[in-house]
Amino acid sequence: MTSDPVTPGAPAGAEAPGAPAPAGPAGPGRAGRIARYVAGRLATAAFSLLAVVVAGFFLFRILPGDPVRAMTEGREVTAEQREELRRQFGLDQPLWQQFLDYLTGLLRLDLGTSFQFREPVTELILERLGPTVLLAGTGTVIAALLGLLLGVRAGWRPGGRSDRANSAVALFFWSVPTFWLGLLLIVALASGRGFMPGLFPTGGMVDPAATGPVETALSTAWHMVLPITTMVAVIYAQYLMIMRSSLMDERGADYLTTARAKGLRDALVRRRHAVPNALLPTVTLIFLNLGQVVSGVILVETVFSWPGLGQLFYSGLRVPDLGLVQGLFVVFAASVILMNLLADLVYPLLDPRVRP
Amino acid sequence: MSADTEEHGADAPGGDAGGANGAGGAPVSPRALARRRRAEALRRFAREYTRNRAGLVGLLALSAIVLLALFAPLLVDQAELTVTGAPGAAYEPPSAEFPLGTDNFGRSVLDLIIWGSRVSLTVGFLATVVSVVLGTLVGVTAGHFGASGGPAGRVVSSVLMRVTDWFLVLPTLVLAVALAAVLPRGTGTIIIAIGLTVWPATARLVRAQTLAVEARPFVERARALGGGHTHVMAWHVLPNVMPVVLAQTTLLVATSIIAESTLAFLGVGDPTTISWGGILEAARTAGAISSGIWWYMIPPGLAIAAVALSFTLCGRALESVINPRLREQR
Repeated sequence: MTSDPVTPGAPAGAEAPGAPAPAGPAGPGRAGRIARYVAGRLATAAFSLLAVVVAGFFLFRILPGDPVRAMTEGREVTAEQREELRRQFGLDQPLWQQFLDYLTGLLRLDLGTSFQFREPVTELILERLGPTVLLAGTGTVIAALLGLLLGVRAGWRPGGRSDRANSAVALFFWSVPTFWLGLLLIVALASGRGFMPGLFPTGGMVDPAATGPVETALSTAWHMVLPITTMVAVIYAQYLMIMRSSLMDERGADYLTTARAKGLRDALVRRRHAVPNALLPTVTLIFLNLGQVVSGVILVETVFSWPGLGQLFYSGLRVPDLGLVQGLFVVFAASVILMNLLADLVYPLLDPRVRP
Repeated sequence: MSADTEEHGADAPGGDAGGANGAGGAPVSPRALARRRRAEALRRFAREYTRNRAGLVGLLALSAIVLLALFAPLLVDQAELTVTGAPGAAYEPPSAEFPLGTDNFGRSVLDLIIWGSRVSLTVGFLATVVSVVLGTLVGVTAGHFGASGGPAGRVVSSVLMRVTDWFLVLPTLVLAVALAAVLPRGTGTIIIAIGLTVWPATARLVRAQTLAVEARPFVERARALGGGHTHVMAWHVLPNVMPVVLAQTTLLVATSIIAESTLAFLGVGDPTTISWGGILEAARTAGAISSGIWWYMIPPGLAIAAVALSFTLCGRALESVINPRLREQR
């Protein structure tokens, strides 16, 4: 699920930081302004988190009507077993009591119990967190670097050969479903069928035969090649488009004319003057697009059987294990909101123009 | 600047029909003048669009695919699409009889793909309609009341935008999958799940455009003449926002079709219908990947990519015609 790469949606965060009064010299009230800015951001994030929590309850407890029936659909279950399940998940309680239990549970970081693993959801998530952070982090960094680099080259000379080639490739990758690209890579490079030898593993994270830290690390890196390639191919296009349009906006700016009039070489004007300014809005948009990274991770982990949160989500969907899916929904949404909060707080440090 | 007059001509019928165009001496009724101006704008639009080669290719490819989907009942025997009526043996490689081979039940993959285009396109279009209507409604309301609704209007506007931002930040796939998982299985559920998750980008875009339109003098004139909120929004803002919405719509159909295939792949799709995503999911669960049955797996993905790419090309071409800033840079 991607938003379109051409108009990456007007940035929510990019607009908000501009709202406070323009930066003046450090005078009286500066600390107060900063405190007010930080407090405002924190309040917004807290409100969003609360909305996610309520949405989680509404989606998985109220919308399905009877969660137990939804979970046991197509299976032989006696009425007693259903009653037992209902008691186990606290569904025999009145709705407000359920909501209260859910809220107090969340405050204690208790996300309920998984129907399929018979384990606390929090524990399951903590077990799988590491692999996902490794995969998503590496993928995002590589995709961002690649997208920014190519975006700078495309946006500096729009309509040029490099721009057209880059835009065409990015457009193609953007139009391809993530999971299909992953499947193709497996068939071509990992299955060992046809004329291609199986160069890479088809799935998993580490070869179970690997011993010692060095061997484990190498094996993990080996297993990461295809999943990372898939993720980067799908998400780098957005970064490219954002950087390209951001640089195109800067191209006509007066300070660039000044820089050129000083006699600076074109490459220097681009690197020293245009790119740093164009980079700032791009940073915000990278954080705003983290939701798409989550989507990408879910698909890539499913295709490559990567033992992370995305695969856990998929296994929860298949059962369906609503407790687990609910917990993951809250965690995914909350992590994106927290990352955006971080971006909002860091942004004024990077860009003096929006400093409160 | 030509696009400016063109937009203007499309709105407020008979608004400034004071013969500024110098309609050749003979008095022309304002209505006829407006009609002529609109036809001229449409011709100019078509001329600009056909100048964009990529957009033309996208449009042609799209027309071919839509025709294929419409005439699918004539091309494909529906009885052969059932598991029991399969005409061939399992996993036959491509041949003259089955140009794209057969699946694990012996059904022709080409027939499946032709038939699957119907569901994929329908879901893509309808989900887009849901999200565009929702996004336009929210965007125009927020933009209009934010610009000219007084203090109470600004509150409405900022609440709407808060909600939009919340949806915008939320991981779309997670929300759509959650919706599709808890609602009863079916094509309608998929449409709602996609429609409810992809609207915020449209809302933001429409709001920005609404704010730009609200600042124009003719909106002030309409208000001064006593036009109410509904009148201004429906008669003056909406027609001027529509071009942007149209381009966004075309891009959203591509997103929705990819989203449909993704949901089907994750197993929350409608198992009773044939769609491109459903074919891919079936191919994976049948083990076509590990046994190298490429003809079962590559064509559906290519079909999705082709349709998504065509819609995106059309959308970008529309965008560059509508937005003169983009056009000059080409």
